[in-house]
Amino acid sequence: MSTTLLSTPADEQVEAGYAARISHVSKSFGKAGRQQLVLDDISVDVAPGEFVTLLGASGCGKSTLLNLVAGLDKPTSGTIDVPGGRAALMFQEHALFPWLTAGRNIELALKMRGLPKSERRQEAERLLELVRLGGAHGKRVHELSGGMRQRVALARALAQDSRLLLMDEPFAALDAITRDVLHEELTRVWSETKVSVLFVTHNVREAVRLAQRVVLLSSRPGRVAREWRVDIPQPRRIEDAAVANLSIEITEQLRGEIRRHGQH
Amino acid sequence: MASTETTKPSGAGREEPPSEDSTEQRSGNDLAGLEAGLDALESPTTATRTPFGRVLLGKAVPPLVAVALVIVLWQLAYSLNLKEDYQLPSPLQVGDAIRDLWLKGTLLDFVWTSVSRGLLGFVVAIAIGTPLGLLVAKVRFVRAAIGPILTGLQSLPSVAWVPAAIIWFGLTDSMIYAVVLLGAVPSIANGLVSGVDQVPPLYLRAGRVIGATGFAGVRHVLLPAALPGYLAGLKQGWAFSWRSLMAAEIIAHSPDLGAGLGQLLENGRTYQDMSMVLSAILLILVVGIAIDLLVFAPLERRVLRSRGLLVNR
Ligand SMILES: Nc1ncnc2c1ncn2[C@@H]1O[C@H](COP(=O)(O)OP(=O)(O)OP(=O)(O)O)[C@@H](O)[C@H]1O
Ligand SMILES: [Mg+2]
Repeated sequence: MSTTLLSTPADEQVEAGYAARISHVSKSFGKAGRQQLVLDDISVDVAPGEFVTLLGASGCGKSTLLNLVAGLDKPTSGTIDVPGGRAALMFQEHALFPWLTAGRNIELALKMRGLPKSERRQEAERLLELVRLGGAHGKRVHELSGGMRQRVALARALAQDSRLLLMDEPFAALDAITRDVLHEELTRVWSETKVSVLFVTHNVREAVRLAQRVVLLSSRPGRVAREWRVDIPQPRRIEDAAVANLSIEITEQLRGEIRRHGQH
Repeated sequence: MASTETTKPSGAGREEPPSEDSTEQRSGNDLAGLEAGLDALESPTTATRTPFGRVLLGKAVPPLVAVALVIVLWQLAYSLNLKEDYQLPSPLQVGDAIRDLWLKGTLLDFVWTSVSRGLLGFVVAIAIGTPLGLLVAKVRFVRAAIGPILTGLQSLPSVAWVPAAIIWFGLTDSMIYAVVLLGAVPSIANGLVSGVDQVPPLYLRAGRVIGATGFAGVRHVLLPAALPGYLAGLKQGWAFSWRSLMAAEIIAHSPDLGAGLGQLLENGRTYQDMSMVLSAILLILVVGIAIDLLVFAPLERRVLRSRGLLVNR
């Protein structure tokens, strides 16, 4: 790969040897005495340029963990280190600002990153091209389809030029065909930008389709139950036999985790 | 940690190691085409504009019919002598009174005196109400301290302030502006507070993620997100400015004060000239409607439409 689309692979990351280090993180909610432990002693590393999916049942604390990594909340105990500072976060809903056009949404992120005004327009166009929305700069958010909105949201996340991209079930609300296309799109953007990705989902096949490594979280409290390295070569498809086989194995494990909760 | 043995899929072209080039070639063309197709299918079709004539017909005719109906009923009441003539003049007599004012050249003076006072007071009320509303919305202590008072003030008729303002400022312009401000500031501040309260938390979190915190967060995320509620507050603030102004003008009479529509109304009462009274009421009403129609309605439509919150009606 000769062209690096985003500026520099952060030196801090290379030095540290990881894009994110989550070590022994616990998180509980609620007032003292009636605390609910949501995350329990989670340790996960994301290597520079790695694509990791966090898989878990609904309510197991996936969003909570991503919010912690994004710095939107503080862990009760343990540490989170993101070399090079702030991580980019893509939400389940597009979270684009409806008072701005698609392009302006991206330009705002560029402005906040400190890019001079004269370069913002061009950079926004480039990012839109990257998610294949070349002509959409002036479009209003409500004029875009669900898939297009998520691609603009992806472009806005990339505009932060963070070396770590956090994604919280970003495709969950899309129909299967669009989701399929966005999987390919994300894989392509990831391989072009060399960004590290921590991708949250409850969809096993999606996790296997995308990741180099799948981390399964148990529920209540969320713990790392098991990890799988996915060596299936990209480009993959969600219906590939290899993807299906591994998905079956992971699903069995996931069901086991869920069953445990019905037993007492 | 377990690792999977990779079963090779059977399709041709999958056997080779994943070089960037093959990704490009394989996904490049079909994916772009597929995506373009999806985008085209899923994008909402742009609505065609209704022709101007139809809009005019649909928007202008009903109120005109209503006005005509009121005039007819009025004329009827006059013809049937329901009240003495000096108590209920005919529509024509009121029209003549307005034309006389116009011919004397004083009509625009009356209107302009009031409108300029109203607008100046309103602008100052915005300058005070906006930071005040922001403080109440964002600082918990301030909200607890003056939030309820601000809401209460909104329901206090501003005419109640007139005696106090006269004692404080005498019969001066300051007195009039004081009443206007006391009427308009609470509704502007309250509008902003409810606008801020209704901002979806998701936008605030998205703002924080892209680094819009502190002042930048207020400027680029909070205020634009709260704009619809703020606009509603401004609109109501204008209505309160205008009402308070009329209350002040009717009560405060002095040769030192320029004469506005409120004074015209009060003059009419002093001279027992019902045509003048009705003319003044009509003019006050027309100005109120005109400002709403010319300033706030288009503004509101633009904001809502640009956010996709307005269904084309
Ligand atoms: N701010 C909060 N206060 C109290 N409890 C919370 C808070 N945020 C999350 N929780 C609780 O933590 C648990 C995990 O929530 P979280 O949203 O992280 O789950 P999730 O894995 O993302 O679920 P989903 O798949 O439905 O998105 C839930 O039981 C939820 O009730
Ligand atoms: Mg979640």
